[in-house]
Amino acid sequence: MATRGFTGRRPAASNAQRLPPGQHETNDFPVLSHGPTPYVDLANWRFTLSHGPRPLASWSWDEFNALPQTRWSGDIHCVTTWSKFDTQWQGVAIDDLLAAAGVAAPTPFVLARSHDGYDTNVPFADLTAGRAMIATRFDGAPLASEHGGPARLLVPHLYFWKSAKWVEGLRFTARDEAGFWELRGYHMRGDPWREQRYTNDP
Amino acid sequence: MSSTSGWQSATIASVKVRTPRLKSIFLRADLERHLAGQHVDVRLTADDGYQARRSYSIASAPGEALVELAIERLDDGEVSPYFHDVAEAGDAIELLGPIGGHFVWHPEDAGPLLLVAGGSGVVPLLAMLRQRAQLGAAVPALLLYSAREWGELAFADELQGYEAQDASLRIRFVTTRGPGLRPQDLTQRLDAGSLARQLAGWGRMPRAAYVCGATRFVETIADGLVRGGVDAGAIRTERYGGGAA
Repeated sequence: MATRGFTGRRPAASNAQRLPPGQHETNDFPVLSHGPTPYVDLANWRFTLSHGPRPLASWSWDEFNALPQTRWSGDIHCVTTWSKFDTQWQGVAIDDLLAAAGVAAPTPFVLARSHDGYDTNVPFADLTAGRAMIATRFDGAPLASEHGGPARLLVPHLYFWKSAKWVEGLRFTARDEAGFWELRGYHMRGDPWREQRYTNDP
Repeated sequence: MSSTSGWQSATIASVKVRTPRLKSIFLRADLERHLAGQHVDVRLTADDGYQARRSYSIASAPGEALVELAIERLDDGEVSPYFHDVAEAGDAIELLGPIGGHFVWHPEDAGPLLLVAGGSGVVPLLAMLRQRAQLGAAVPALLLYSAREWGELAFADELQGYEAQDASLRIRFVTTRGPGLRPQDLTQRLDAGSLARQLAGWGRMPRAAYVCGATRFVETIADGLVRGGVDAGAIRTERYGGGAA
């Protein structure tokens, strides 16, 4: 059913294929967080891989930055309907983290946990095979705290709330445990191309 | 929590100008009862099937007959100009929601309650104050509401009415460019220092704080509150800005 008088502003043909349904392009980098921005001291920063409550491996900031670096460039999509094209990131691929820890994924489910208590669930299949990293640099500079610095999860093929800011660890869980937004009405997987925004979306 | 069972048609019952840049859209819609602070998604469809969707906070208190959205005009926006230039009573749009389980206020929540709004960020906080007014005096509450000038402070008369009726509600308007109207109001930008003075003047430490506005404003206020000793876990933020709507 058409809305009387609404014409809309369609994306340029060259961009239309890059926009998932219901998204529009922005040139800014909007900030969306559920609370204050935490400022994380690099001297005390640690990143921990764990299986349930049991740590598998842990890195200090210097140790973490000595791990193999990965670069990724592409588009990101926020559930609030903006998409940003051609973003550039650098960090440590999840595959390389597991390799450095000398472990294989003990379960198929992961809960990414943040310094401010935020968490979000991501199936391991969405984190492996080069699909995700712990990002520490954006557009060639250290990641700003309001965008999740010093380090955030980057899972660019899912809605961006899955790319947890201020990440401090990945916890493998026996079940697919809902995280912060997933407990508050948002989708368990969040694939923008299937428009999985809210709990009841297919 | 959230009802997202599907899009439904809603009819615009009326449109009301609040400020030169803010319009209220009153909708007749069969939505589940919302919580103060929640939003809906709005979807518009062009003749050729092209669709645009955006999220807008609900301004009306839970349970009111009409759902009120208060939409700021963004000149480079795609959807907000439709509501400002085209929409009128009788038009139909589509709604999904209510949505959101974090930036919500329950009347039984513990106080004191601090609300800080920048510009149209007042909308979800207005829903909270409207519900509070309906229910009668509750926990002590302070609203700090900032805009460039007095004429941009939408709902100022209504808010002053609530304050006049309710000894436990304190409101301070903040105008960053123009003069203030009342002696108790602020005429300088809210920053960590002026925020701390406002909290000291109030004489209470908030146990729940809701901050809504543009990104830079929310960052400043939330940082200031944390530095002022407010528990970071008690501060809920909602930011807009960036992606034009």
